[in-house]
Amino acid sequence: MKFTIDWLKQHLDTDLNDKEIINNLTNVGLEVESFENAPSELDDFIVAKIINAQQHPNADRLRVCDVDIGKSETVKVVCGAPNAKKGLFTVYAGPGAIIPKNQMKLSISKIRGVTSYGMLCSEAELKLSDDSEGITELSEKYKEKIGKKYFDTKTPKVVDLSITPNRPDCLGVRGIARDLAAAGVGSLKKIKDSKLNQNFDQDLKVTIKKEKKQGCTIFGSCLIRGVSNKESPQWLKDKIVSLGQKPISAIVDITNYVMIDLNRPLHAYDADKVSKEIIVRNSKKGETFEALDNKKYSLDDDMCVISDHSGVLGLGGIIGGTRSGTELETKNIILESAYFLPRSIRKTSKLLNIDTDAKFRFERGIDPKSIEAGLIKAADLIKEVCGGEVSKFDIQRLEEEKTNKVKFEISLFEKITGFKIEKKEIIKIIFNLGFKIKENKESLDLEIPSWRPDITQPIDIVEEIVRIKGYEHIQTLTPEKSRLKPTLNRQQKLFHFLQRSVASKGFYETVTWSFADSKINNLFREKYNEIKIVNPISSDLNVLRNSIFPNLIFYLKKNVDRGFKDLSFFEIGPVFSGTKPGEQLTVIGALQAGKYFRLNWQETERNVDVFDAKRDTIQTIVEAGFSKNKLIIKDQAPSYYHPGKSGSVFLSTEEDKPIAFFGEIHPNIVKKLDIKTDALIGFEIYLDYFKETKKKLKDQKSQFKYSDYQKSERDFAFVIDKKIKAQDLIDIIVSIDKDLIKNVKVFDVYEGENIPKDKKSIALNVTVQSSEKTLNEKDLEKINNLIISTVESKSGAKIRS
Amino acid sequence: MSDIKKIKDGYLNKLDKDQNIESINQIKTELFGKNGIVSNEFKKLGLVSQEERKKFASDLNFIKEELQNKITSKIEEIETKEINLKLENEKVDVTLPERDFKQGKIHPVSQVIDEISSIFSEIGFSVEEGPDVENEYNNFTALNTPDNHPARDMHDTFYLDEKKELLLRTHTSPVQVRTMLKGKPPFKIIAPGRTYRSDSDQTHAPMFHQVEGLHIDKDINMGHLKGCLNYFIKEFFEVDKLKMRFRPSHFPFTEPSAEVDIGYEIKDGKIIIGEGDKWLEILGCGMVHPNVLKNVNVDPSKFQGYAFGIGIDRLGMLKYGINDLRAFFETDYRWLSHFGFDPLDVPSSYRGLSR
Repeated sequence: MKFTIDWLKQHLDTDLNDKEIINNLTNVGLEVESFENAPSELDDFIVAKIINAQQHPNADRLRVCDVDIGKSETVKVVCGAPNAKKGLFTVYAGPGAIIPKNQMKLSISKIRGVTSYGMLCSEAELKLSDDSEGITELSEKYKEKIGKKYFDTKTPKVVDLSITPNRPDCLGVRGIARDLAAAGVGSLKKIKDSKLNQNFDQDLKVTIKKEKKQGCTIFGSCLIRGVSNKESPQWLKDKIVSLGQKPISAIVDITNYVMIDLNRPLHAYDADKVSKEIIVRNSKKGETFEALDNKKYSLDDDMCVISDHSGVLGLGGIIGGTRSGTELETKNIILESAYFLPRSIRKTSKLLNIDTDAKFRFERGIDPKSIEAGLIKAADLIKEVCGGEVSKFDIQRLEEEKTNKVKFEISLFEKITGFKIEKKEIIKIIFNLGFKIKENKESLDLEIPSWRPDITQPIDIVEEIVRIKGYEHIQTLTPEKSRLKPTLNRQQKLFHFLQRSVASKGFYETVTWSFADSKINNLFREKYNEIKIVNPISSDLNVLRNSIFPNLIFYLKKNVDRGFKDLSFFEIGPVFSGTKPGEQLTVIGALQAGKYFRLNWQETERNVDVFDAKRDTIQTIVEAGFSKNKLIIKDQAPSYYHPGKSGSVFLSTEEDKPIAFFGEIHPNIVKKLDIKTDALIGFEIYLDYFKETKKKLKDQKSQFKYSDYQKSERDFAFVIDKKIKAQDLIDIIVSIDKDLIKNVKVFDVYEGENIPKDKKSIALNVTVQSSEKTLNEKDLEKINNLIISTVESKSGAKIRS
Repeated sequence: MSDIKKIKDGYLNKLDKDQNIESINQIKTELFGKNGIVSNEFKKLGLVSQEERKKFASDLNFIKEELQNKITSKIEEIETKEINLKLENEKVDVTLPERDFKQGKIHPVSQVIDEISSIFSEIGFSVEEGPDVENEYNNFTALNTPDNHPARDMHDTFYLDEKKELLLRTHTSPVQVRTMLKGKPPFKIIAPGRTYRSDSDQTHAPMFHQVEGLHIDKDINMGHLKGCLNYFIKEFFEVDKLKMRFRPSHFPFTEPSAEVDIGYEIKDGKIIIGEGDKWLEILGCGMVHPNVLKNVNVDPSKFQGYAFGIGIDRLGMLKYGINDLRAFFETDYRWLSHFGFDPLDVPSSYRGLSR
């Protein structure tokens, strides 16, 4: 909402200066976006210097000038002035500029085969003098001003307010003045009485059709006969220009002016173009009309249209049609001032995708009692500017508008705001806002002003009082440190812990979109359905992600392409399994690319591999408080992992959902996405599948038991079928005697020479220790033999001798 | 006895000069071996008269001890010298690189969420969460924003179905609705999380983060709201002085509503929060609208309180001098390295919010 301070002062009597007014606007809740000088048409005229002037190839009297306009490159201008010569300082106007003398709008044009970008102006063209002999000659003093504005324009400063949707009344200058007056900035001026002399009837019949979903409830109009439409007078033009709009004609400018002034949209029809009568009715599917934006609209059922016998004239409260639009030749006009229902306006404009000033206002709620005030102000102005005779007003209405009331308990104010103000002051504030008040002992009976559709209940009154009184009166109470429950629940603590645990292993945490490119997402989608976004921000972010990996791998590739070789990224966040609220899982996804050691003066280079991923996965889970010995590792993983180099982790044998996957990323995916890396591994941890441990850490610590008896270590090497897993071998050994066998460690795996092709050799180190005595040779021999015989019988392995 | 004293002096002299371990061992044998000089002297003990024996024995022991001490210290001296020499030869160039270590990073958004949670934890708030996909009711209608309300235009919404019933939440406020529907007052929660709007430029990203706050009890008023936010902003920006301005505004789900500005100035191209004469809008808040309370089965005549919504990314940008919002979500290794936090740097009230 834009306006000038001068305009405001037509409604507000105040001694305050601009700055104080601006501050007060903010304080009452009318947010000031900017307060700057309005643009001027004269801004387009800039100081320039002719760098070079050559004879036009096809015209004796014309010259082609290279002109310095303060930009990096000069522009070519064709000029006919005899004084256009090299080195001259002059005034340049670019394409789009309007020449003050003849109001001609410049455009890029070809003059005798040479393209001219703009014009060099004479003093006459600039309305500075009558000298039209040659172009303006400026002194050397202008050397410093090349590219700057030639005219030192003093346009008024324009206030731009950001009006919240609840305040349609402040989409008019008068509404703003009323709020300021209530806040003590001054007093609201009375609207001058009309001098209109209305002594004939509006003879065009107007009907609002009574039908379901009728979007118009009041239609006021008057006929103005014998006008002579013209260019607006300067004061009006200035106002229109100051709002950043273009003056069109007096009649159109006046309707726009009244709209901004009183927040009262109006529409003017050329009365001679309306066929017989005006009918306000619902549209029928397929009806079409050409609107003032020069677009043709095809209507649906039940849109509120203003029509005549030949069809649709315009969409009520949204946009008029070209057929009945006013022109400079228009002699008789019908001026419309109506009330349209916000819901209807909103629905129609959404369906047709039209946004106009009128629509913006009607959908927020126009004062239904401003019909006549709008007609009076506009008719007065039209009569003054364009002449003519004004008819009596014709006001059709479907129903009498109601006055809304609310009962306000005065104590509510302190209850909500925490501070008290006098009843007298409360009454003063709401009276100045336009409420009618009946005073009771503890309460007020209020009649809500017709321009405030946002006010319906007592809390709205509290807001009115406190914003006008000033938010600075609200106390700042020191917060109490009382707690209702722990800050984080178990799952949130797990989130927090795992996040920092993974990061501590050298991974960079990242946050990527919850949406992904369906093409990449499909590589990681597995069993889930694709979740499409109906209106995605772009075609490559068109689905909700089913995994962390699609985005992570996309950005990993970007970094690889930037020349980074060894990268570790992870993200913790939602992945989606369905379209319903809650069909999402919290997952950690981590990717690591490149080498573990690179260009290292001590270590041999090696690529990252599945066991790096496994270490990070297991360590993270163990750090989160789960026992490594209880974890079950299986060799199944989703299809986006390397089928032979990936696995899953289960918290126990009973769990059916893995808490994690790890492995190398499938080479086909690396190839398909063209990721130029030595190796790519990843892991995923599913936070929702961690079963909730029942005990808190303080209850989990069991009695501290240890043995000081001597422990004994013994190495075994078994030749075993390749299919048998190392973990199986370990499980067999541990289960022989859980009390005695304290640790089993694989320290070598060998396949190749001296070992049959379908076999491998696994070397294990077993630690044996009793908690009751020091084991003697005989005891050790016994357990060693038992280990060998059990492993051999249960796994078909053979001890290597 | 005088002989043996002379011999002793001779050997002490010799030991002073001798440098290597072998010759010392030789001396040791000469003195204390089976037929060593000192050993032989002891053998003479029986021959000495009764009255002289005690003195003889004592003198002899004294000499033995003196020689032995000398030998021991000499050996130690030589061994130390040898070890030092050996270590000298083992010297490496310690300026060669250490074994590689990897330092991970926590994303600024996560760090800021933890900072926020830590601050609100101090004044008794607990953390609630809600789903990213919401229904139209929780995101709008329950929050007093019916379908025909122009306020809906302020939220460019992503939809998951043509009927526009399922959407990506445009703010964290639906967590208020969920929290109140499943529990009974009082409520004192914050809800950080991802939010989505179909808007994208330098200052807007289609996904961003908000933290919602909600405190409902019997007598929570605007003074509590102001106090809570004043406390939070001071703690968050770690400043003693803070210029804060409450300005009337409008949100459908709160009334009265306010936007909060904080004072700032620009010094050497950097934003300094707290003082200065410029205002920066950082959050929206207000008293929860009675219609919202009714929608979640809380009796507005018995309970009341405030709610607020803060843009997390923006807070992070202001505190840590980050210019571009979109960079938050672009996973640039260099950016994460520069703006990320060490994982051990966990914000807490006792250790301080940030280093």
